Amino acid sequence: MATKDEKPPLHELRPVTQEVRIPERFIPTPTIEPGHNFATITDHISTIVLRRKTPFGWLIGFLIALGGVGLLMATLALLVGKGVGIWGINHPVGWGMDIINFVWWIGIGHAGTLISAILLLLRQEWRTSINRFAEAMTLFAVASAGLYPAFHTGRPWYDFWLFPYPNTMTLWPQFRSPLMWDVFAVSTYATVSALFWYVGLIPDLATLRDRATNLWVKRAYGAFALGWRGSAKHWHRYEHAYLLLAGLSTPLVLSVHTIVSFDFAVAQLPGWHATFFPPYFVAGAVFAGFAMVLTLAIPARKFFRLEDFITMKHLENMGKVMLATGLIVAYAYAMEWYYGLYSGNVFETFMLKNRATGPYWKMYVALWVCNGLAPQMMWLKRCRTSTFWLFVTAMFVNVGMWLERFVIIPASLHRDFLVSSWGMYHGSKYDWSFFIGSIGLFFALLFLFVRFLPMISIFEMRTLVPEAQVHAEGEEH
Amino acid sequence: MSDQKTLNFTEFRARVGDLRGKEFWRSLEELSRSDVFDEFFEQEFPQQALPLKKGVDRRDFMKLMGASVAMAGLAACRQPAEAIIPYVRQPESIIPGRPLYFASAMTLGGVATGVLVESHMNRPTKIEGNPEHPSSLGASNSFMQASILGLYDPDRSQVVRRLGDTATWSDFIGAIQPVLNAAKTNGAGLRLLTQTITSPSLGAQIQQLLAMFPGMKWHQWEAVSYDGAREGGRMAFGSYVNTVYDFTKANVVVSLGSNFLDEGPAHLRYARDFMGRRRVRAGEANRMNRLYAIEAGMTSTGSVAEHRLVVKPSQIGEMANALLNGQGSNPFLAALLKDLEANRGASAFIAGDEQPAAVHAIAHALNARYGNIGTTVTITDSLEVAPTNQLASLQELVRDMNAGAVNALVILGGNPVFDAPVDLQFVKALDKVPFRVHHSLHYDETSLHCHWHIPDTHYLETWGDARGHDGTVSIIQPLIAPLYNGRATSEVLGALIGGLDQTPYEAVRAYWFAHGATEESWRRWVHDGVIPNSALPARAGAVPNAPSPAPAIASSGIEIELRHDPTLYDGRFANNAWLQELPKPQTKITWDNVMIVGPKTSEKIGYDADDRDGNVNERRTRFADVQYRGVKMRLPVWVVPGHCEDVATIYFGPGRERGGKVAEGTGFNTYPLRFSDALHGGPGAQIAMSAASEIYPIACTQEHQSIDPKVVGERGIIRAGTLAAYLKNPRFAQAEEHGSDVAGEGNESFYKPYDYSDKHAWAMVIDPSVCTGCNGCVAACQAENNISVVGKEQVVHEREMHWLRIDRYYRGDVENPDVFHQPVPCMQCELAPCEPVCPVEATSHSEDGLNDMTYNRCVGTRYCSNNCPYKVRRFNFFHYADYDTPSFKPMRNPDVTIRTRGVMEKCTYCVQRINAAKIDAEREGRRVRDGEVVTACQQACPTQAIVFGDMNDKTSAVARLKAQPQNYAMLEELQTRPRTTYLATIRNPNPELKPESADTGREG
Repeated sequence: MATKDEKPPLHELRPVTQEVRIPERFIPTPTIEPGHNFATITDHISTIVLRRKTPFGWLIGFLIALGGVGLLMATLALLVGKGVGIWGINHPVGWGMDIINFVWWIGIGHAGTLISAILLLLRQEWRTSINRFAEAMTLFAVASAGLYPAFHTGRPWYDFWLFPYPNTMTLWPQFRSPLMWDVFAVSTYATVSALFWYVGLIPDLATLRDRATNLWVKRAYGAFALGWRGSAKHWHRYEHAYLLLAGLSTPLVLSVHTIVSFDFAVAQLPGWHATFFPPYFVAGAVFAGFAMVLTLAIPARKFFRLEDFITMKHLENMGKVMLATGLIVAYAYAMEWYYGLYSGNVFETFMLKNRATGPYWKMYVALWVCNGLAPQMMWLKRCRTSTFWLFVTAMFVNVGMWLERFVIIPASLHRDFLVSSWGMYHGSKYDWSFFIGSIGLFFALLFLFVRFLPMISIFEMRTLVPEAQVHAEGEEH
Repeated sequence: MSDQKTLNFTEFRARVGDLRGKEFWRSLEELSRSDVFDEFFEQEFPQQALPLKKGVDRRDFMKLMGASVAMAGLAACRQPAEAIIPYVRQPESIIPGRPLYFASAMTLGGVATGVLVESHMNRPTKIEGNPEHPSSLGASNSFMQASILGLYDPDRSQVVRRLGDTATWSDFIGAIQPVLNAAKTNGAGLRLLTQTITSPSLGAQIQQLLAMFPGMKWHQWEAVSYDGAREGGRMAFGSYVNTVYDFTKANVVVSLGSNFLDEGPAHLRYARDFMGRRRVRAGEANRMNRLYAIEAGMTSTGSVAEHRLVVKPSQIGEMANALLNGQGSNPFLAALLKDLEANRGASAFIAGDEQPAAVHAIAHALNARYGNIGTTVTITDSLEVAPTNQLASLQELVRDMNAGAVNALVILGGNPVFDAPVDLQFVKALDKVPFRVHHSLHYDETSLHCHWHIPDTHYLETWGDARGHDGTVSIIQPLIAPLYNGRATSEVLGALIGGLDQTPYEAVRAYWFAHGATEESWRRWVHDGVIPNSALPARAGAVPNAPSPAPAIASSGIEIELRHDPTLYDGRFANNAWLQELPKPQTKITWDNVMIVGPKTSEKIGYDADDRDGNVNERRTRFADVQYRGVKMRLPVWVVPGHCEDVATIYFGPGRERGGKVAEGTGFNTYPLRFSDALHGGPGAQIAMSAASEIYPIACTQEHQSIDPKVVGERGIIRAGTLAAYLKNPRFAQAEEHGSDVAGEGNESFYKPYDYSDKHAWAMVIDPSVCTGCNGCVAACQAENNISVVGKEQVVHEREMHWLRIDRYYRGDVENPDVFHQPVPCMQCELAPCEPVCPVEATSHSEDGLNDMTYNRCVGTRYCSNNCPYKVRRFNFFHYADYDTPSFKPMRNPDVTIRTRGVMEKCTYCVQRINAAKIDAEREGRRVRDGEVVTACQQACPTQAIVFGDMNDKTSAVARLKAQPQNYAMLEELQTRPRTTYLATIRNPNPELKPESADTGREG
């Protein structure tokens, strides 16, 4: 890498520590590797952004992601030009990969807020090194998710009718419709997530402004830093705003996916109409979100040599969250059987039988393997602390959560009440190109993010080094 | 030809060539001022020529200009020149937005069914049955419904062609003249080939022609052959006869391979009469009849039979013999014979059109033996002008053509190049004729092989007459002037006779004025659509001769059964997209013809059952190779329960090579399997699955193979029982009878139910007991509601748009199941699950309980469809509606919006008809009367299975049916409170054949 010559390797910066004989199991895994001080943190993180030469690997990755964006644009052009008929949806199955992918992305978008807001409120300091990254991921996942409801309608140019605005038809939207609730839930979530992320960025943008050498770069960061000077007043207001936003976001973590689950739970379709959908969906979303954070953090940490900041403790904790939420999700899958069979309802019973033995049984089995079995690896510390096994588990969960939505949406719709109207669903090539395109968009935004913004909160990381603790103690005197 | 001096372009050119000296012409305008031109013009276009000749002064010019501007918008109004007489209302003038109805008649196979044509501003838009016509009684079938699309078909032939190049009618007149002159001596070598003709006036014209050319011969050929019935009648009665059944008097009906409820010229009437005896109503005397069907493939008739004996087509003769000999050789026949004995004079035997003459003769003899002739069966003279053995007639023509004895052949209608039996090698023979003329609606396979092609007129474009199934004559009146310069059959015949001046109107009128019409009666006949008392009288003392037993046919290999396509007929409707997309009654397949086999046979020919079910699930199948009498063919295989083992049923009709964009390339041409000695197939076929594992997509609208029958049964979708079960417990179909704990108490809600009591409450009751699954309602709905056609590929993708579908369920033995048909329109739920989920309120409830769709508010989230338990909503995944084809614009119902892409649509209970009636009622200050609103499906239904009305009016037909003990709501436990409900299916099996215990009442 080109930057190698500019800076000495990190380990050379570390002071030599004395060997202390403490049994390993008693040593807490650090949230930041020892040997860092304010300067090393600021240098290391800001350098990733401010170094002049763009890494070749970044360029390749970004171009691939841009290709995905191109595919997305082409798909959208065709979609708007010809109609949603280019997808695989049909008469029993009105929603297919459009809604599967929407729910999948929205689920992924849950980790950011959870990590930033809830863990902030719970004073989980290990969140610090991953929150910025997770928030960005949330934002981009929500952006990708938002594409689907916007473009899945038959006439997307009339989507604005879903918003309650004064109009000459004197017509409100249908407030009883869960899709209406979705509009509010998702747009609120997107707004608050964006604000939260941006507010958290301001001090770091100021740091970048101060450290940038190029005048235009300085001005650009300066404009977004909103005149941050790091005064006590600024910090005071910042802390308040951030805490308030965290408080605002916290219920959103629960509400967004609760409301997304209402899209299904409020309908009367067997397989959708279930009261336990909200907690089940929220747990699934956190599950998916953490899996995606792991999927992204493990390579990024390696590539940008951030092992000191995103330590094994972070990864292990995320593994634990994945295990916990995975167990909730598996419990929900099991409960579906209980509710279905206990109800004695022929439609519910058939729906379950059809999941397990119908034409999509392979998807259902794969779902159990991915979401039920794979996370069990996280019981083992060896797997939890191995980037390889963590990554493998996270990939299983990414796939599993997509399958879960497949099993819920088309596999319930394709055989509902009237036997005569049963059908089959297969995603068309445009379903896939839209999906791949949205992944492209997600990664393109993520690549831009890691190149132009600090992917780890510099100022928050600074609070983790020992000097910060001392300083805080001193203040109390 | 009356005027030998009529100029044609050749002559005109010659005369222009004669101009000399100063008479150079500089432009066409100058030339047009020449006398030569004037003379020519006057002869060609006498009506237009007059004002030009006079010269136009300033005032006239202003008038003409004014008129032409005023008329410019009326270009679509093509009222025929002659006075036509509206059916219901005699207008002072046409009121825009108010349709008029005109009586006319449509012929199929030469036989007429009376129609009423809805006309908006002189544009025919919809066909209904004529209630006064005995073959219709107001009902209509899919052919009638779709004929409106046939009228506006943009692919219809629009111009006279000579060797494929554009020519003119006068060119043709000029060209045929030498041929006629040459034939003048005695006409030997001149031949006429027509389809079946029952039209008295056309018959008279042909007789006149035959008198002019004594040596000329007239041949008739229809691919859908009734020769068996013709010859069987002649065997029994000595001459060609027509058999008319009266099923209102028959307690026991025996079908010998006959699909009389869904095929044949009288099927609408027969279905009405037959099913009229199957309505079981509380408080009314039970007169339920019983149907025994002996057949191979499942037909609509067989599907509603109490007892169906599945035998090979070749064995139907044996069964007839056994009945004739009184041998109860199997339990079915034994029970049947007993039942017949108990119902002397009140039974009916009807032999299938595909059956050989001997079976028809036996049917006549059996009818005579059981005293049915004169009660349920009437024998009259033949309907046809010249009944003949059409196969023999065609064979004679081919023989003469091959012998070079035919100098000129005029083919009026039909498409013999496509549909003549393969062994006749019709094309080869035809090509030997030096002068060939084809007169048809499309430039088709036969046109391609003829020197001259004359475009035909649609029946809605010209005058004519024809007989119905009992001989009743209808005057066919046009609704619109020919759209595409077509020439009526009578005009072509006129050209041969030399009566060029006689318009079709004059021809028909002249004939009937010579046969007793007066101006007054003529007007009444045209107005009513029927000539009263013109039905053919019963033959006095018709006693059939003792029949000879049907010959035994040695059956080897797999037997092929050839039937005409249920929706394309003999292929003539192949360019009609509505009919192409209409699900075929038993298979629910659209846009294709397949080889239908039974489940056992499919495994025998090597189609693995799991593979098959998987394929059907995905709407596709595999090919099989058929080898039959030296013909090899690859056809997709389709399995239908209840299909006879070792029999493959193949429809002929699709697979056209010419004849329009829709017709070409859809389906498989199976006529090569049709031999003149086995028009309806025969034994000896070798069938095996093709080695290539090629997958063929099948546009089927309902899968069936992989569905566990228990799944249907436990859902209570179809509720059925026997008459005995009904009599024991009329409420047998109610949910509480089956231990359900949810239904019945349906009003429990947190919210106060909406009060409909002071408004209309539109509702529908459908009686599947009398439904034959004929699809008339589906086609009517498509025509009424401007429903788009989506094409095969989209149907394969499960995106068909029909608002009304007929679900078909099987029960019992897969080799011979009970079949249930269930028409499913929108249920118009009072608590509609589709409504609250729409984020933009595009679907909402009307005050009279209709679940309305606001198309222009719909953004297309499809959530409503997902949440509809009946899956009756239809989404425009693409821009399905054809906004561009000019000829389709006048066809559409102006009262119904054409839906754009991205919009959901569904059955509206024909809200446009409801509103029309409400407006009328409001103007007259009264409530809408019962029966005033008739939905399109209800109007078409031959068996009156659909009843619509205001259920708040306790005396209405629909309210009375809802009070029936066997009335039930589909999926009632969902508390959707559907306005459409069903009556449980009641059948009347013979207790000897089906013990009571076998019928559990609620199953499907």
